[in-house]
Amino acid sequence: MIRHWSGLAAALGAVALAAPVLAQSLDDSPLAMLPRSKAEIARIAAVVAPTRDFSKAEAFEVKSAGAATVRVRPTADAFSQFSGNMAFDRQMNFNLGNALFTKTWVPSPSSTRASDGLGPLFNARGCQDCHLKDGRGHTPADGEKPVSLFLRLSVPGGSAPADIKDWLATQPEPVYGGQLQNFAVEGHAAEGRMQVSYADVPVILADGAVVTLRAPDYAVADAAYGPMRDDVQLSPRIAPQMIGLGLLEAIPAADLLAQVDETDRDGDGISGRASVVPSAELARPALGRFGLKAGAATVRDQTAAAFSGDMGLSTPLHPDPWGDCSAAQDACRTAPDGAEPDSRDGLEVDQQSLDLVTFYARNLAVPERRDVDAPQVLRGKELFYSLNCTGCHTPKHVTARLADQPEQSFQLIWPYTDLLLHDMGAGLADNRPEGRATGREWKTPPLWGIGLTAQVSGHSEFLHDGRARTLLEAILWHGGEAEAARDAVVALPKPDRDALIAFLESL
Amino acid sequence: MSNRRLALFASTALAAATLSQPATAATPAEVVTTYADIAEAAYGDSLTAAIGLQGAVEALIAAPSEQSLAAARAAWIAARPSYQQTEVYRFGNAIVDDWEGRVNAWPLDEGLIDYVDPAYGQSEENALSALNVIATPHFTLSGAAVDASTITPELIAGTLQEAGGIEANVASGYHAIEFLLWGQDLNGTGPGAGSRPFSDFVQGDGCTGGNCDRRAAYLQAATTLLVADLTEMAGNWAEGGAARAPLEADPAAALAAMLTGMGSLSYGELAGQRMRLGLMLNDPEEEHDCFSDNTHNSQYYDGLGIQNVYLGHYIRADGSTVSGPSLSDLVAQADPAVDTRLKAELDASVAALAALKVAAEAGMAYDQMLAPGNAEGEALIMGGVEALVTQTASIQRAMLVLGLTAASFEGSESLDNPAAVFQ
Repeated sequence: MIRHWSGLAAALGAVALAAPVLAQSLDDSPLAMLPRSKAEIARIAAVVAPTRDFSKAEAFEVKSAGAATVRVRPTADAFSQFSGNMAFDRQMNFNLGNALFTKTWVPSPSSTRASDGLGPLFNARGCQDCHLKDGRGHTPADGEKPVSLFLRLSVPGGSAPADIKDWLATQPEPVYGGQLQNFAVEGHAAEGRMQVSYADVPVILADGAVVTLRAPDYAVADAAYGPMRDDVQLSPRIAPQMIGLGLLEAIPAADLLAQVDETDRDGDGISGRASVVPSAELARPALGRFGLKAGAATVRDQTAAAFSGDMGLSTPLHPDPWGDCSAAQDACRTAPDGAEPDSRDGLEVDQQSLDLVTFYARNLAVPERRDVDAPQVLRGKELFYSLNCTGCHTPKHVTARLADQPEQSFQLIWPYTDLLLHDMGAGLADNRPEGRATGREWKTPPLWGIGLTAQVSGHSEFLHDGRARTLLEAILWHGGEAEAARDAVVALPKPDRDALIAFLESL
Repeated sequence: MSNRRLALFASTALAAATLSQPATAATPAEVVTTYADIAEAAYGDSLTAAIGLQGAVEALIAAPSEQSLAAARAAWIAARPSYQQTEVYRFGNAIVDDWEGRVNAWPLDEGLIDYVDPAYGQSEENALSALNVIATPHFTLSGAAVDASTITPELIAGTLQEAGGIEANVASGYHAIEFLLWGQDLNGTGPGAGSRPFSDFVQGDGCTGGNCDRRAAYLQAATTLLVADLTEMAGNWAEGGAARAPLEADPAAALAAMLTGMGSLSYGELAGQRMRLGLMLNDPEEEHDCFSDNTHNSQYYDGLGIQNVYLGHYIRADGSTVSGPSLSDLVAQADPAVDTRLKAELDASVAALAALKVAAEAGMAYDQMLAPGNAEGEALIMGGVEALVTQTASIQRAMLVLGLTAASFEGSESLDNPAAVFQ
C-alpha cells in the first residue's frame, strides 16, 4: 500500500500502475464532478494525510461525513436520517425514496397496480426487509428463515469483458442463476434453503484470554429445480449498512486508484487492487465501489441490481421482469409480471422510482462520532494507526465538488476505507471470484457508524456474512494482507485491546 | 460548538436588525418563549384529549355497543387536532424527534396486532406482519420466546414496537389505536372507512373476531401508553422542562429549529411523504389515517400548526388563545416584504388544506381522492402540495433574513465557514 501522498503526480502514477482499463474511463464518474485546481489538490493532500498527533482529536474529526453528518439519535433510527445539509426542497425526494425503500411489493397480477411485479423468485419483498433500519442484516436465529443473508451462486467459465484486464470469468449457475432465491410467489417453488452451521474455533490471545470464533459452513437444502452443478461456488452475503453511500460514490476515482499497489511495491504486505466492473448505468467499465466485493460501480447500479436480483423487479437498467430466473426456469420467465405498457414506463420500477431510491440511498446520513477526545479512544486511535489498520481502512477522503449534489459536494469525510480489494486469507475466503476480485479478496468495508450497530440493529454481527459477533472477533478473522495487523492485536495487552475496541465503538 | 458560534453571529445580525426598531420590538428570547408556551399548551391539550380517549375506551370495554364504539371513535378523532398541531415541533427539537415514533408512527402492518382480511398480503420475511398478537399469547421473536399472555404497555413498547427491526411493525401510538377502533378499511379508493363491529370487544358469548379479552387488553394498554407518552412530552415543555432548556440557552439556534421544523414538515413530510406519494402510487395504504378516513383533519391541523409557530398564536382546545411575540414580528423587523409574503402563503396553504377538508367532510374521503382518474381529488391534493412547497421557499427566505441556515441547527461547521474543513 502506498501511503505517501503527493497530489496529482502520485495519483496519475498510480493510475498508470493499476491500468486495468483506460484510466480516463474510470474517472468518468456518473456524477457531475468539477475539476480541482492545483492549489486545491495540495490542500486536500495536506488535510487527508494521516495525523501523527494522538494527544487530542483532530479538527472536524467528530463530523464523520462533513456537513452531511447528523446528530446521533439515541434510538434505532440513528441510520435513517437524511444528510444534515439537505435543503428543504430536496427532503421531499428523500422521503419519497424512503417510502419506496420501505414499501412491500406484491405479486402480479394485483389490484395495486403500482406496487406489483414481485418475483416470481425473490429474497425479499421490500428493500427494508434486508436493510433493517438502514443498518446491517443479521444471521438467522435457530429455526428462522434467513432474509438479510443469502447466497450468491456461480460456476467457473463464461466470457470476460474484453476491456477489463485480469477478469476472473465466472457465470451464473445454469439453472439457479446468480443467487439463491429462498422465496417465491404462489404457484412457484422457492429455489431452496440456505443452510448454515457453525463450528467453534478458539483463539488464545497473548494474555491467555480465549475468544471463540464461529466458523460457518454453508449448504443448499431442498433444491427445487434439480441438482446444482457440482462445481457451484457459494458466497454468503449479508446486507451491509446503508449510511454514507453517496459520499463514497463522490470520492474521485483518482484518489482511490492512488492507493492501488497491486504488487506491493512498498513492501508493507498490503496490496490493494481496484475492482473494475461493467457499469449498467454508464455502459462502460468503471471503478467498483459497492457490494462486498465492490461489484457495483454506482449507487444506481447497486440499487437496480438489488431490485432485479433480490426482489425480481425490473428497472430501466435491468428491464427483465423475471429478475434472476434463468432460461431453464421456464414457468418463472413466463409468469405474469407487473409491467404494463401504459404505466411506470412499461417497467415494474420506473425511472422516477429508481431515481428516488437512488437519491435516498445516497443521502442516508452518517451520525457524528462519540467520545473523540476520551483518552482511551485516542489511545485506540493511535494503535489503529500504528498497527497499520489504516493501510486499508483509510481514515479520510475529500469528495469531489459536485454541480448537482450539494449534500455530497466537497466534504472532508472519515469512512475508514480505501474501497479496494484485499486478500483476507483462507479463513474469510468464499473461493468464489467476482470480476477482478479473487476468491480470497474482499473490499475494505467502511467503518463509520460501526459503533452504533447494536443500537440500530439490536445485534453486533460483522463481516460479509455476519459470522463475527463482536468487533474483536471481526478483527481476529482478518488474515492474508491483514494477518500482521491481526497478530499484533492478539499480542496487545488487555488495556490496549480495550482501547482499540473503544476507538472502533466511537466511530 | 458551532451552535454557539452561529448564535453569536445570528444575535449580532438580529441586534443590528432591531436597532432601528421601536423599543417594543420582539426579541429572539421572547419569540422562543412564545414557541415553548404554545408547545406546552398543545401537548397539554393532546394529553387532555388522550385522557378523554382513555375514558371512552374504558367505557367501550365495560359495555360494548354501537354507541360506546362510536363514542370511542369520536374521542380518537377529537384527540387528533391538538396533536397534529404539535408535529411542527419535530425536525429540530431532539427531544421530540427521539420520541415521536412511539406516538404517531405509520404506516403499519396491522396484521401484527390483530386479525386481518385473508386477502391482505402477508409477508413471509416479516413473519410478524401476520403474527396477530391478540390471538397469539406465546410466540418466537428473533429466536427468543416471548410471553405475551398478558398484554401490557411494556410488552407493546419494549417488545412489539418495531419488532425485528421492521419499521412497519408499529405496535403503539395513535394509529395502532385507530386500527383497533376501526379495523381495516377494505374499500380501497372507494367510499367507506374501516368497519370493525363493536362485538369485537364483547366479552364471552357474542364475541366476534376471537380473543375479545385480549383485544380489549391491547386497546387499553395502547391507550395507557399514549397517555404516558404524552404526559412525558407535556412535562418536557412545562416551565423548567427538558425541551425548553436548550432553546432558552441558545435563542438563535432555537429560531433555526423553529423554521427548520416549519420547512421540513411543509415540504418533505406533509407535501411529500403524506400527500404527493399517495397520489403518485394511487395507493390508499399511503393515507395517514387510513383506518378512520380522518386524513383530511390530520393534514389540515399539520398545516395549521406550521402557521401557529410563525404567527406565535395557538387556539387551545378550550377556545382560549396562547400568543406572544412571534417569528413573524422578527422577520417583519428584518424585512417586511418577506414577512408579508410568508404570511400570505401560510394563509394560502391553510386554505388549500381546508378545501381538502371541506371536500372530505362533504363525502369525498381522502382515499377516494387518491383514485386513479379522480381529477378533482388530484387537484385538491395538488393544491395543498403546491401551497406547501411555495411557502417553504419563503421559510428559507425568512431564515436568510434572520441570518440563520437550516442545517446549522444540526451543528455543521462548514456551513458557518465553508472553507473551514481546510483550515
